[in-house]
Amino acid sequence: MRRILLSVGFIVCMAVQPVFALLEIEISQGVESALPIAVTTTSNDNSPQTRLITQIISADLHRSGLLSVVERQRYPNGLVDKRQVEYQQWRDKGIEALLVVSTQPISENQFRIEFFLYDLVHNKRSLAHMANSNSSSLRRVAHKISDVVFESLIGMRGAFSTRIAYITEMGTGKEKQYVLQVADADGHNPRSVFMSNKQLMSPAWSSNGSKLAYVSFENERSEIFVQDLASGQRKKISSAPGLNSAPTWSPNNQQLALTLSQDGDPNIYILDLQSGEKRQLTSHYGIDTEPTWSVDGRSIYFTSNRSGSPQIYKLSVAGGKAERVSFEGRYNAAAALSPNGDLLAMVHNDGQGYQIGVLDLQNDSFRVITDGSLDEAPSFAPNGSMIIFSTRRSGRTILSAVSADGRVQQQFRLQAGKVREPTWSPFR
Amino acid sequence: MKHFRYLLPLFISGFLVACNGNPTKPDDAESGASGALSSSGTSDSESSSVGIEDQQGVMLDALDDPENPLSVRIIYFEYDSAEVSQDSLEVVRSHGQYLTVNPNRMLRLEGHADERGTREYNLALGESRAKTVRDLLILEGVQPGQLEIVSFGEERPAVYGSDEASLQKNRRVEIIY
Repeated sequence: MRRILLSVGFIVCMAVQPVFALLEIEISQGVESALPIAVTTTSNDNSPQTRLITQIISADLHRSGLLSVVERQRYPNGLVDKRQVEYQQWRDKGIEALLVVSTQPISENQFRIEFFLYDLVHNKRSLAHMANSNSSSLRRVAHKISDVVFESLIGMRGAFSTRIAYITEMGTGKEKQYVLQVADADGHNPRSVFMSNKQLMSPAWSSNGSKLAYVSFENERSEIFVQDLASGQRKKISSAPGLNSAPTWSPNNQQLALTLSQDGDPNIYILDLQSGEKRQLTSHYGIDTEPTWSVDGRSIYFTSNRSGSPQIYKLSVAGGKAERVSFEGRYNAAAALSPNGDLLAMVHNDGQGYQIGVLDLQNDSFRVITDGSLDEAPSFAPNGSMIIFSTRRSGRTILSAVSADGRVQQQFRLQAGKVREPTWSPFR
Repeated sequence: MKHFRYLLPLFISGFLVACNGNPTKPDDAESGASGALSSSGTSDSESSSVGIEDQQGVMLDALDDPENPLSVRIIYFEYDSAEVSQDSLEVVRSHGQYLTVNPNRMLRLEGHADERGTREYNLALGESRAKTVRDLLILEGVQPGQLEIVSFGEERPAVYGSDEASLQKNRRVEIIY
C-alpha cells in the first residue's frame, strides 16, 4: 500500500512503506479461567498460508486473555477433519472449543479459506464460514476470523481487525526522526503515516477511523494537524498563539476538543470542524488540558491542576461548573474513557511511580492495574477489553497492553526506536 | 546579531568593571546594563563602526560577559512547579534590566519539563514556567512585545537520563536572545 503525502516546509515526508519497526507480543501473565480452545488445520492441509492463518488467529485469541490456545500435544489421537469431529475425544482432553481452518488455492495467489468452529461442551458446530483472500490480505482475513470466533465464544465483539497509532522516535542526535505510525492491533504491518525531524505528539483517531489528528512541532511550536489516512493529505487546523495541543474527536466526528492558551492559561476549547469556530469551554487559572469526550458527547473529562496537583474533572459541553472525578493519589492525568463509558483509565501516581489506574464510574472504585515506573497514555480497545499504554522497560519506551481488569498483561517488543502514545482505533 | 570577541584587553577590563562593579545592587547593575546599551545599540545599527581596520573599538555586549549574571540563560524549576527560586530571581532581574534599557532586544523563553507525568500536562507545565519568567520580566519593566514564549514540554530534554540530576536539568526555561 502506498500513500502520497503533502510536503510542508522543510519537513521530510515519506510515502507510506512497510517499515523499520516491528512490534512483537509477549504475554507476561495469563488467566487460569480462560476458555481452552484448539486452533488447527485439517490433517491433510500443510500449506504455509494455512499455518500462517492459524498462527495469527492463535496469537489473537490468546492475547485476549479470555481464551487459552492449547498446545498440539494435547490434541486427541487421530486425524482432524473439518466436518467430522469426535466431540467426546476432544472434551476428554479438557478442550472446550475447536477451530479448524483449511485453505484451497483457487488461482495463482488466490485462496479460499474455510473455517469451522465447534462448541465441544454443547456438541454443536457454532460457525462455518468461507472467505477468499490473496497473500497480501491473509493477515486481514485471519484477524477477521479471530473477531468472529471471539464474538461467538465470548459474546463480545472482537477488536483484532482494528489498528493502533503511535509515535516512534528513531535515531539519535541530528539524525533523529519522529514518525507517526499505524499498525494492526497485534503490532504487525506498521506503516509510517507522517515523518518529521521535529517532535510529534498526541495522535488521536477520528471517530470513524478515517483520520488522525496530532500535534507537530515542525514550525518550532505546537500546532494541530489533521491527516486523512486514505489520501495522506494533511491540514493545519489550529495554530493560535501559545499552545495548540491535546486534540480529541467528538463521538459524532464534527468537533475537536483541544487545549489552547491563546487567552492566557491553557484551557479546553471546542473547535467546530465544519465552520472552524472555536468556543472556550474552561477558563480557570492554572492548567486545564487532556480533554476526552463522554460517550454521549455531552461532557468532557479533562486534567486540571486547579486543586494544586493534576486531577481529573468533568464538565458539561454546555458549560457550568466542573466536578472533580479523581480523588485517589496526588497525580491523575490523561483520562481515557472505556467505549461503554463505565471505566475511566488514567495515569496515576501515589508515590509508587506513574502507573495506569482505572476508576469504575458506576461504583467509584479505583484500582491500579500496572506496575511500571513510567506508564503513560492509556487507550481502550474499541470493545473495552484491553488498554494499550506506553511503559519503560530497561530504559526503553515500549508499548504494552493490559486487560481492563488488570489480569492479563502483554508487551509489544519493539526492534527499533522508542515507541509511545499508543491510541487504539475505533471499529472499522 | 554580531558579537566580536577579540578586543583590546584594556577595553575588556574597563567594561567588566562597568558591568560588575556591584552586581548585588540593582542600581549599579542597571548602570552596567546602560553601558551595554550604548555599545550594543550603536553596533546593531552599524552607525559607529570606528576602527574597523583592526576591529578595535567595536562593541562589547554585556550578554557576552561570562562574569555577568546575564550569562546565565537557564532557569531551573522544582518538580511540577512553575515557581522561580530566589536564586534564579536575581538572574531574571538582570535580564529584565538589560531588556528595559535595550528595548530593541527580543527574548524567546522556552519552557521545558522533565519526563515524569503525561506529555500533554508537561507541555502545559513548560508553558506555565515560561510564562512565570515572562511575567517577572514584565514586572521589571520589559515591554511584552520584547518577549516571546514557547513550550516544548518534555519533548526536548537537555539531557537524557532518569536520575534526579538529569531530571532536574530538564525542568527549565531557556532564555534565548
